[in-house]
Amino acid sequence: MIRPDEIKMSAEESGKWGMVIDQDLCTGCQACVAACSMENNVPFVGDAFSPSNGEVDINYGRSLHWIRIERFWEGEYPEVKMTPHQPMMCQQCGEAPCEPVCPAFATVHSEAEQLNLMVYNRCIGTRYCGNNCPYQVRSFNWRDYERPEPLPNQLNPDVTVRRRGVMEKCTFCIQRIHKAQDAAKAEGREVADGEFTTACAQACPANAIVFGRIDNPESLVSQLAHQGHGVKHLEELGTQPHVTYFKGG
Amino acid sequence: MSDNKHKAEHSHEEHLREKHLMLDPLPRGRMNEMVMESMMEPPTWKFWAIIVVLAGIVAYGLVYTWAKVIAEGLYLAGINRPSYWGVFIVNTVFWIGISHAGTFISAILRVFKAEFRRPFTRAAELMTTFGLIQAGMSIFMHIGRVWLGLYWLMPYPNQRMMWPNLHSPLAWDVLAITTYVLGSTMYLFLPLIPDLAMARDRTTGWRKILYKTLALGFRGTEGEWAHLRNAMNIFAFAIIPVMFSVHTIVSWDFAAATRPGWSSTIFGPYFVVGALHSGMGAVIIVLAIIRSTMKHMKYFIRPEHFDAIGKLMLIISMAWAYFFFNDYIVQWYGGDKWTQILLHYHEAGPYGWMWFAMLIVNVAVPWAVLWNQKWRSNPLIVSIVGFLINIGMWFERFIIVPVTLTINRAPFTWQQYEPGAEMPMGIGTMAFFILLYMLSSKLIPLIPVWEVEEGQMAHEFKKFGRETVVSVSELE
Repeated sequence: MIRPDEIKMSAEESGKWGMVIDQDLCTGCQACVAACSMENNVPFVGDAFSPSNGEVDINYGRSLHWIRIERFWEGEYPEVKMTPHQPMMCQQCGEAPCEPVCPAFATVHSEAEQLNLMVYNRCIGTRYCGNNCPYQVRSFNWRDYERPEPLPNQLNPDVTVRRRGVMEKCTFCIQRIHKAQDAAKAEGREVADGEFTTACAQACPANAIVFGRIDNPESLVSQLAHQGHGVKHLEELGTQPHVTYFKGG
Repeated sequence: MSDNKHKAEHSHEEHLREKHLMLDPLPRGRMNEMVMESMMEPPTWKFWAIIVVLAGIVAYGLVYTWAKVIAEGLYLAGINRPSYWGVFIVNTVFWIGISHAGTFISAILRVFKAEFRRPFTRAAELMTTFGLIQAGMSIFMHIGRVWLGLYWLMPYPNQRMMWPNLHSPLAWDVLAITTYVLGSTMYLFLPLIPDLAMARDRTTGWRKILYKTLALGFRGTEGEWAHLRNAMNIFAFAIIPVMFSVHTIVSWDFAAATRPGWSSTIFGPYFVVGALHSGMGAVIIVLAIIRSTMKHMKYFIRPEHFDAIGKLMLIISMAWAYFFFNDYIVQWYGGDKWTQILLHYHEAGPYGWMWFAMLIVNVAVPWAVLWNQKWRSNPLIVSIVGFLINIGMWFERFIIVPVTLTINRAPFTWQQYEPGAEMPMGIGTMAFFILLYMLSSKLIPLIPVWEVEEGQMAHEFKKFGRETVVSVSELE
């Protein structure tokens, strides 16, 4: 007999890369959003207009971000309280709801990196993954977005440029992971903690985002994540997210 | 005295003859002639005018708008972040629902030997095939890269050993709907063979060549009939589980997801009953139109048939109400925060009027009208009820798909859905359906005349003492 808590334990160990976000440090400056868009060739929706509903796309739930800063109002006016800024990106679930529903295996789990990957070539755009993501962190390419000169010169050569009809989402900057691993392998060593980080963590002026190996008890991210007062979003769904949030500490 | 009694007896028989097609036989040759005439009747200018209008709608909705969406992207439609699925999926479910009535009538009623089915099995089965074409197209309209859809979704052996993901309800859908299209087309074709042979013997020119090819050399020998009966029996029994599974699997697209309002265990039967609800309504509209526009159809399709389908509609409406209530009450009672917000949004949100309209036309209207035999025998009244039910069932799917998708566990992304290019494309599928139906009414015999003849041969009046009784003999 396997006890339920045993299942959870083993699942938690399965992760490799993890992130800790301190909402008390986050100022909501959106530097991470800009850095992520540049690193990952995320298109700029700009003032793209949809004639069918008479709205600009960003006002109609068609923004394209791999990370976004969420903020909520609590309570009724005039006793309104603002919640702390909440950067939200793909939680790299251990049991991701987006993966089994894709009919084309376009979103799959990486055995090596324990991350959710998007295979853009295989994506046919059923958008089922977007429906089934409880965090709603997947973005769809509703059209081919313009990239006026000189923006094409800024494209990151390590990341695919997506076309219309394809889903995309945060990859924990897997191109940076691979680059660091290749460099370390060439020197015959392991990747050191803090040797590289994701674009959002690198850009954060308040160091609110920490990224690293969650399976290495020595790493900063793992020590923070196991402090005990972190929260994982919608953990009760059994998604086993790999991003831990600190709030009100 | 005894003379009077005899008269009364006689008029009772007359009355039964007038009422029931099965008791009102015509000579075989005459009936074949009537079906041929109804098909071969030269189309009036009105017919061509409607064809031209429908073709125009198809050209705008299905060809032009769809081409634009493929070329420019899905931003032309109304789908957005929380409502990744919209009217395209609503239409898919709607058309699969329409297609279910055909199988229900031609397979289930055949298996249960319901005699009233005989004149309209073909008309219903034709709806199945044409409805499935629209459903299939609606799926392809909805996917982002339609040009890769079949490439990645069809299981074929390849060097890289890459197969569709059979964990995904969408992959089950592909298999189920493909099976259903193939099965129902075969099942449409089998009972058509004797009628095609009949048409072959009574036509000349290109029609003769067409029917000769399609009739596969059927001559009506005892052996051929035995084989045909066997094949139809196999298909009738085999297509019933396929029909149930198709709509259950369609419902699993929703029920298997981790979303408030979707992960419901009762969606399978709820969707099957909903499909029959809209399908019966559609059958009755089609029958009413055929009856009033085509020659000789008043002989074949009589008030008794509207009465019989009306009864079915009433029962299905009750079953639908039961499943709706069950689905609602269990979700509401669960007390999940998100589900409660969602249910409130259903009723009081901007699409709340749809929710109430759905309950009125799906439950209140059929219950108020169809209990009355006089009303439900009237083709106009029942077809209006059928039309309203179809509107209501479309609303139901609209509430289940984009309205439910609006509310999720990430309130930051909540965004109301408004349809865009889906509407002209959806109207295009409707026009295409009617167009196919109208053209095929001129190409294939809409009444399975052999089935009617067979039924009429089996029915006879028998006298037990003074009582005249209708007896049906077992033919198969």
